[in-house]
Amino acid sequence: MDALDLARWQFAITTVYHFIFVPLTIGLAPLVAGMQTAWVVTGNERWLRLTKFFGKLLLINFALGVVTGIVQEFQFGMTWSEYSRFVGDVFGAPLAIEALAAFFVESVFLGVWIFGWDRVSKKVHLACIWALAVATNLSAFFILAANSWMQHPVGAVYNPETGRAEMSSIGEVLTNSTLWAAYPHAIAAAFLTAGTFVAGIATWWMVRLVRTRRPEAVATAREVYRPAVLVGVVTILVAGVGVAVSGDVQGKLMFEQQPGKMASAEALCEGEEAAAFSVLTVGDLGAGCDGVRHLVTIPGLASYLGTGHFSGPESYLPGVADVQEAYSERYGDLTAAGEPVTYTPPLEITYWSFRLMIGLAGFSAALAVAALWFTRKGRVSDNLWLSRLAVAAIPAPFLASSFGWIFTEVGRQPWVVAPNPTGIDQIRLLTERGVSTAVPPGMVLASMVTFTLVYGVLAVVWFRLMRRYAVEGAPDVVHDESPEARAEDADDADRPLSFAY
Amino acid sequence: MDLAVLWFVIIAVLWTGYLVLEGFDFGVGMLMSVLPRGRADQREKERRLLVNTIGPVWDGNEVWLITAAGATFAAFPEWYATLFSGFYLPLLAILVALIGRAVAFEYRGKIADAGWARRCDLAIQVGSWVPAVLWGVVLANLVRGVALDADHQYVGGLWALLNPFALLGGLATLTLFLLHGAVFVALKTDGEIRARARGHAQVLSVLAAVVAGGWVLWAQVAYSATWTWGAVALAAAALAGVAVTNRAGREGWAFTLSAAAIVAAVVLIFGSMFPAVMPGIDGGESLTIAEAASTPYTLRILTWVAVALTPLVVLYQSWTYWVFRRRLTTDHIPAPAGLTWQKIKDAAF
Repeated sequence: MDALDLARWQFAITTVYHFIFVPLTIGLAPLVAGMQTAWVVTGNERWLRLTKFFGKLLLINFALGVVTGIVQEFQFGMTWSEYSRFVGDVFGAPLAIEALAAFFVESVFLGVWIFGWDRVSKKVHLACIWALAVATNLSAFFILAANSWMQHPVGAVYNPETGRAEMSSIGEVLTNSTLWAAYPHAIAAAFLTAGTFVAGIATWWMVRLVRTRRPEAVATAREVYRPAVLVGVVTILVAGVGVAVSGDVQGKLMFEQQPGKMASAEALCEGEEAAAFSVLTVGDLGAGCDGVRHLVTIPGLASYLGTGHFSGPESYLPGVADVQEAYSERYGDLTAAGEPVTYTPPLEITYWSFRLMIGLAGFSAALAVAALWFTRKGRVSDNLWLSRLAVAAIPAPFLASSFGWIFTEVGRQPWVVAPNPTGIDQIRLLTERGVSTAVPPGMVLASMVTFTLVYGVLAVVWFRLMRRYAVEGAPDVVHDESPEARAEDADDADRPLSFAY
Repeated sequence: MDLAVLWFVIIAVLWTGYLVLEGFDFGVGMLMSVLPRGRADQREKERRLLVNTIGPVWDGNEVWLITAAGATFAAFPEWYATLFSGFYLPLLAILVALIGRAVAFEYRGKIADAGWARRCDLAIQVGSWVPAVLWGVVLANLVRGVALDADHQYVGGLWALLNPFALLGGLATLTLFLLHGAVFVALKTDGEIRARARGHAQVLSVLAAVVAGGWVLWAQVAYSATWTWGAVALAAAALAGVAVTNRAGREGWAFTLSAAAIVAAVVLIFGSMFPAVMPGIDGGESLTIAEAASTPYTLRILTWVAVALTPLVVLYQSWTYWVFRRRLTTDHIPAPAGLTWQKIKDAAF
């Protein structure tokens, strides 16, 4: 493997890994903030117990999101320095704004939230978790603004003297149509992940407690976990609609902006009208679309996803061969080896990741429907199958998010900055030209192996802690630690910390 | 002032914020292996006390680095690309160290087990000593200059980064951060450990004066402009002041002065680089502020954002220091709240 392959693997490994933790943080922080709000407003202790319970899981998860995020920021310069030179004038701004506008808020107010239960008033403490929740969602916006620019560069001009892209309008960068489809999609997916997480864990607990048949345990299931199940289920339903609608918008944009990605997602060789959506294929996708036999198809659906029309001339979807021909004519790039560039991504990855993304989201939907049924009209359930479904559903949206990113990033290949069909042709960059030239392959290998090993160890620790603290359940006893709940004469100087590492 | 020069100054300010704030975090982390005394359980309590002096603030401190790196990418893409690809292995080591350290802080108390705590402490040690040295090595190389080709690619190789001047620079940041950390512990704790921290600070102030002072002089004489003698004088006065105020038990002043010494060092470092962001070596190719900078339009946008947000950041971050201003003793440290190792292993889901 050369430095390029190694750099690609490293970016893929570190990015997919980073995005295991990110969606849960983005979705769970507002849910925990909501639970704490319910406690502050109603004074009902169940919400404080749930806040403490899911808050602890949020913190275990947040730590890994933060540390793996620093790697993301550094490796653009470390392994993709030529990419950074080309795009920095445009791409750097959202990253810098993200740090200044979002990361500071997240980190600073998280510190107060963790350590400050007894140091700031109840309302200020509540405001801290909301600041965290808003900031995580804001940071996603700026990151997606940067990523969307790579998918669909706008608001930039090409400087032939330096050979670089230069920002001409921050407004256009931040109102990129791709961004405004990707952002709702990513946020909705994050809430789907968090909703499934909360509903899954709470359902498992509800069933477990009801099965003990002990009256006080059943009461806890009813009083504490059933409301949490409903919080999760409602989140899944709302987020699910959001994921579907925003995904549909994204499909139409992809058809206009990245026809190669669309054709590959459908393993569509030649362009056609009323193209069917292929549910299952046999044959070797790796060998290109000629080796493909579509087994199960839904007529016209692929055309609808891309064009909004099931049939007729407007439903025409270009195939891989059409895209190759059009792009070769328009751009005519050569690889480093002097070969003509293949303008479509690897079929087997785009085809399957697209389907896995959609299919895996089905677990969350199944859990939502089942949990709604079994908790209808104030009921609690002891159904073991419901409990098993709940646990099985938890990882599904994490995997769906991973496959979504694999699809959108691999699907952009061979580009790191995909050319905008209605934009400036020179603002495009082949991935192979973005890699650092000053870094020898041995160094990239060293870093790739290092990150993989470190991340592997951390994954085991993270998983065991998350699982064990989920199994530990909500605390039985909680009390209001806020300054206003303290006796007037309580001696502040001697009181132990409410939380300590 | 030219916007590119302004952004050079802003990045220097971000580095100042980072090194002053995370400088004492690193110091506290390093001192965890030195300061605690007594029986095993007492030492464990003191180690926890030390971690908790920075518990609520270390994460916010680290964001200064993330912002510095992001601002460099946005305002000086060429600098970001050349520096990060050129200093690949030192930055990799720093990243891994920071990852281990942050995770160890967060997860240390999650499992109540002596072996687990030892492993986390090891990660905190590595995660504090390694960056404390390597940031000095990185910055000293920027002062000394590096080998660049005409395309602004670093061509010096790894070993060229480990020259005597840079290694002494590493020891300079190491001693400064140790001192800064000791002074911070004296300011943030009470009881025996406070006295011990002051004792350490006294020794460290001499060590830092010799090592960091020596490096600062070398940098000034060999690589810098006349005006940065002001920074040298400030560094010398601040380090002398730390010794005096620390001995007198004026811990707030001692901390302010050790911070001032770090500020002076950063002024000297960036002052000596100016007008380059990556000076060349032996009259070779260099990368200047003007060559590395983004377009005026981008810089203008960034300036608006920085002007609007930076004062807010300083305000709310200062507020958290005020919220957690109380001095801590081992009596404030609650019993460990983590689950036992057996419970972690027994999880059934």
